[in-house]
Amino acid sequence: MNILSLFIILIIAFIGYFVGRSRANSIRNLSGKRLTSISHYYGYYVAIWSLVPAAIVFLLILIFNDYFVTNYVLSGYEDLENSSRDLIMAQIENTRNGIQLANSLDSNIIAAVKKLNYIESQYRISGFIVVLSISAYLFVHASIKISPSLDSRKIVERVFLILFFSCSLIAILTTVGIVISLLFETLKFFNSVPILDFLFGLNWSPQRAFVSDVSELVPEDIAGAFGALPLFAGTFLIAFVAMCIAIPVGLLSAIYMAEYASSNIRNIAKPLIEILAGIPTVVYGFFAALTVAPFVRNSGMSLGLEVSSESALAAGFVMGIMIIPFVSSLSDDVLNSVPRNLREGSYAMGSTKSETIIRVLLPAALPGIIGSFLLAISRAIGETMIVVMAAGLAAKLTANPLDAATTITTQIVVILIGDQEFDSPKTQAAFALGLTLFIVTLLLNYIALRVVKKYSERYE
Amino acid sequence: MSFVNLNDNNLQKRLSREFRFKVYCIMAMTFALGFVLFLFTSIFSTGYSAFYKTMIPIEISLSSVVSDSNSFALMTNEEINDLSIYSLSKKNIYNLFPNITDRKEKKEILKIFSYEFEDEIKNFLKDNKENINDINIIYLTASDDIDQLHKGNFPRDIPEKRRRLSDLQLSFYDELILENKIETEFNFPFFTRGDSREPELAGIGGALAGSFFTIIVVLILSLPFGLLAAIYLQEFAPQNKFTDFIEININNLAAVPSIVFGLLGLGILLNTFGMPRSTALVGGVTLSLMTLPTIIIATRAALRAVPPSIREAALAVGATRMQAVMHHVVPVAMPGSLTGAIIGIAQALGETAPLLLIGMVAFVVDVPSTPVDPSASLPVQIYLWAESAERGFVEKTSATIMMLLGLLIILNLTAVIIRRKFETKW
Repeated sequence: MNILSLFIILIIAFIGYFVGRSRANSIRNLSGKRLTSISHYYGYYVAIWSLVPAAIVFLLILIFNDYFVTNYVLSGYEDLENSSRDLIMAQIENTRNGIQLANSLDSNIIAAVKKLNYIESQYRISGFIVVLSISAYLFVHASIKISPSLDSRKIVERVFLILFFSCSLIAILTTVGIVISLLFETLKFFNSVPILDFLFGLNWSPQRAFVSDVSELVPEDIAGAFGALPLFAGTFLIAFVAMCIAIPVGLLSAIYMAEYASSNIRNIAKPLIEILAGIPTVVYGFFAALTVAPFVRNSGMSLGLEVSSESALAAGFVMGIMIIPFVSSLSDDVLNSVPRNLREGSYAMGSTKSETIIRVLLPAALPGIIGSFLLAISRAIGETMIVVMAAGLAAKLTANPLDAATTITTQIVVILIGDQEFDSPKTQAAFALGLTLFIVTLLLNYIALRVVKKYSERYE
Repeated sequence: MSFVNLNDNNLQKRLSREFRFKVYCIMAMTFALGFVLFLFTSIFSTGYSAFYKTMIPIEISLSSVVSDSNSFALMTNEEINDLSIYSLSKKNIYNLFPNITDRKEKKEILKIFSYEFEDEIKNFLKDNKENINDINIIYLTASDDIDQLHKGNFPRDIPEKRRRLSDLQLSFYDELILENKIETEFNFPFFTRGDSREPELAGIGGALAGSFFTIIVVLILSLPFGLLAAIYLQEFAPQNKFTDFIEININNLAAVPSIVFGLLGLGILLNTFGMPRSTALVGGVTLSLMTLPTIIIATRAALRAVPPSIREAALAVGATRMQAVMHHVVPVAMPGSLTGAIIGIAQALGETAPLLLIGMVAFVVDVPSTPVDPSASLPVQIYLWAESAERGFVEKTSATIMMLLGLLIILNLTAVIIRRKFETKW
């Protein structure tokens, strides 16, 4: 079972196209009847028959291969639990690859290695034969079935349509995958930590619950260590600082571009501002940690203030810069879509440009602008690299932007980076945080899109 | 009598308010643009020096290793690797400062060179087998601290205890400068070598290869799936609840924070499907799921912009819907969807957070040669080096950022050019 068989069936399908086409042509010439479809559809017809079923079988074998191999090799160990079966299997494979030390071998394992080698070669050969014979049989079958009355075009188009449709299902599969992977671990987490303790607990110190032997943990230990409120507060604090930068700068830039700038300046300035959105966040993180944080700290010191070297202010400031284009682009679009007659009505009454903007355009465009703010907030909450590199790691409940604060995303990364053992409440906590993040950003986006949509309908 | 009295106090106030407002707007604009400029200059000014490295030439006599220097020509590379020339190289390095005799002080001479000097000498032997003389001048890489000192990034005026170079080493450096024995050359290994704990030896070759494989995987997966999905949704999908559901899903996915995709990769790809950790393959699959919505949305917009007349003309001459779409609508919409695809790829290239969760942060010295080797990627390399304490990594990080930004600019320019050149205006 390998790439070679896939390659061979691809070649069969490729040949099938030409065989089908020329067969259709010769049938037409011999019988003198008109074909129902153009001849190359008969080619596609043969190619699809020789490719698709064989490829599906190939995939099925690929997926279930491991399962059957493991079952066969461990046929004496049925009564064991899954985890210890996995362990034995890993041992067997390590022995085969020569990673396991020679003196630790026991005879069972050696026998199992032989069994494994045997069954794998058996499966490889039989899978190869099965796939190829399916492909070859259907190739012949489809070539014989070609006749002037066969409506190959309809069949081929149907197959293409199904292919297109299944591609669009990937979006749903991804969402399902996200929800399952998050929900699964989160539910396990809530088994050991009550959900209310997680949402409203004040103490976040997952390291305490991360000991080598999970069974040694006292349940109270776990429950008390996962209070995520300080993380929510930190996330909110940093996002708040970011919005304090992004809202005024973004909105005023949008107003300038929409109302004041000539089209030349606008054509240059708009892409330049959007560069800010295209810069990878890790670059901002580096910049925040290397340049902005020391600057904030030094200027705070010179004013006699106590400033942490990982202050929420520095991370929030840089994040605010990153978010400017999200506010400005959308606000710009919204301002541009305010109908001309509102603007001109205001000018006709003798108001200045700024009066028109503040008293007429902004109120008219308010829902759309608020929508853009909401989208920006959801960006700020989900942003990871800036806070991982520039914000603090210790969870502390604080409202002081000069203090270090940590965020949901930072903690996810801190917990899951590098090697981690699974099935500990600590790693599950990261998934619970991820689910919280997912739900919050989803809600924000949903509301924002609704608001923007409602608004755009108003002026249509 | 005019309607407007210019001396009216109230009007003056209003006009100056107007002026102030405009100034605020311009200030906001300049602030945003100024920041772009500031960011770029600050990164470029710290990063450009990483493209040069400091070398110190030393004389090496090899007479004690082999009887005749011509015999190198007959040796294979493996044989040269097996030579033990460490103590010989040390002796030759000590000859740089003949008046230093103390053993401790001699050790300090060694420290002004990168610790892989033996390998560098062997590489020289391998490259110049035929032209080995009794005495050869070999350029050895200076250690990170000397390198930084030479580039002016190392403050000399702090007390000896608090800096990494001792007074003695500084005097070595000054002596070498006087003898004109410190040279800089283009840091070519920076682009080919893998990661290292030593800044002077670390390169972005591994990260470049990792990013390359990741992007290839993203291209292979997200481009065809994205295109076909968009074609289905825009051209064939019936107007029903299920289609709406798919659409809502795609729009939501586009707004999901990237780190959630990392959790998906960790939970599903690594733990359920058992795919290999830390590899470009898993990174690529994770990032494809992330870029898919971008590509679908852009392609749909491009398809929507194709005027109905094209479709109808094809249908009118007897094409089926599939033929009309595949032969006439899709080719016209191609530039638009390619632009979207390139922007999606650029996003994937700069993405870091999901890769951290699927283990692409491992310290990888070897340059990966397949997508299933453990590897890093450019943004992850930036993260890793930014977290390192050594001073030399600051310029390396900035230089890596320059490379990454350069690649992103090239990608985005390509997108703009494709759009300008091939997009049809109706």
